Amino acid sequence: MSTEYNAFITETTIEPTSEGPLSGRTVAVKDNISTADVRTTCGSAMLEEYVPSYDATVVERLTAAGATIVGKANMDEFGMGGTTETSAFGPTENPRAPGRVAGGSSGGSAAAVAGGKADLALGTDTGGSIRNPAAFCGVVGLKPTYGLVSRYGLIAYANSLEQIGPIAPTVEETAMLLDVIAGPDENDATTHQNGTDADYAAAADGNVDGMTVGVLESLRDGADDRVVDAFDDAVAELEAQGATVVEIELDSIDHALAAYYVIAMSEASSNLARFDGVRYGVSGGYEGDWNEAFAMSREKGFGEEVKRRILLGTYALSAGYHEKYYKKAQDARAWVKQDFDAAFEKADVLASPTMPVLPPEIGDSLDDPLQLYQIDANTVPVNLANLPAISVPAGRADGSPVGVQLVGPAFDEHRLIRAASALE
Amino acid sequence: MSEDAVDADAVHHVADLARVALTESEAERFEAQFGDILGYFDSLDEVPEIERESDLVNVMRPDEQRPSLNQDEALDNAAETEDGYFKGPRVS
Repeated sequence: MSTEYNAFITETTIEPTSEGPLSGRTVAVKDNISTADVRTTCGSAMLEEYVPSYDATVVERLTAAGATIVGKANMDEFGMGGTTETSAFGPTENPRAPGRVAGGSSGGSAAAVAGGKADLALGTDTGGSIRNPAAFCGVVGLKPTYGLVSRYGLIAYANSLEQIGPIAPTVEETAMLLDVIAGPDENDATTHQNGTDADYAAAADGNVDGMTVGVLESLRDGADDRVVDAFDDAVAELEAQGATVVEIELDSIDHALAAYYVIAMSEASSNLARFDGVRYGVSGGYEGDWNEAFAMSREKGFGEEVKRRILLGTYALSAGYHEKYYKKAQDARAWVKQDFDAAFEKADVLASPTMPVLPPEIGDSLDDPLQLYQIDANTVPVNLANLPAISVPAGRADGSPVGVQLVGPAFDEHRLIRAASALE
Repeated sequence: MSEDAVDADAVHHVADLARVALTESEAERFEAQFGDILGYFDSLDEVPEIERESDLVNVMRPDEQRPSLNQDEALDNAAETEDGYFKGPRVS
């Protein structure tokens, strides 16, 4: 392993451009976020030598806020995976549970923070990729509302679902990092006016008195008993601090996972078409015509999980199957969104275990892709509904960290941060 | 494919459409896995038709010239270039 825990693909120093709230702080940046003159690999052999000529908006905001970027963090290839084992640069190890995975796909970012290699980190979350490794590594991770943080300079995987977000040791530091990166960007037309001067850090006051917490029962029931015990303790803690606890059932939730994978794979098949080995990416100098050379370059550059998703996405969009898979998945997405809207009439925040399982041992879970997809069950509904969610540590079970997920209404990150800070 | 069997031909056909060459061992694994995964996706058949309210709005900006990458920067990551252009494989 090239770095401790294999948390970084590239260790580097990107100096701050001015003083600000992050002066003196070090930040790890996931390696699918573009950094000018520093290679940005997406965890893929395809982009092993790719050096962007511009910074992502979030990188400009970090350095302008005084942060020093100390490395590009390891990740599942193109964000496709839940354990950071599909990286072409080897798996990241969990600093808080030796021998076990760090979670994914932002495993390097969470491990860098948990292992003390960076004060703070940026990850990206398409179906749980910030919250999952935050839970497995015992740190805090927040997936912002869709549109709150610019995706300009993020190498796209499934752009209707993914957001860049903060990972940090505490809720307040997570909120402070969100304050720096949130807000509109003229280079990303999907960004929203919300987030300007929001002062999320001030919301970390731990005051949940009078708040109603809705427990997502089916997600609780589907989890490992050891995870459920830690989760129940956290909910009891919120109750002890004055919150009211209610049970919430979402009828749509059983269909969210299938819908998520159909949509994510479909978008991936389109987004990853740009890697042709001509403008960038590996080129073998192959014989043959464009199509043959293109196919050979992608055979060489992409790992197996990436190929699997491109092929399944191509299939789901192909003639005859579009109605069966893609259109139905969009219906399920709308259904999930309606269900969440109704739930927020009964509760201020919704709670579930972040991950239904404890972190697996490295190498244990790769053989069955469908089984691996199912560990995303608790996190993907949030991405389908474009909502914000946070994972906050809730103790340990059998030596591994456990995370609690809190979900809030769109653009109400303040509420999430307030509730999460009560659990620290 | 889930109602029909997922056979080797189906895997190779979709790989051709996606312009991804596969090794034989990958194609064999995918054949088995795609049946499972697409079978799981069949649960979407139970989703009712949903009336979708679109909360999308168009975001427009004035169509003005702005700085972009120059030609050298655009070619920086290309394996082969010629006279300031990308050089690709023959088209047919």
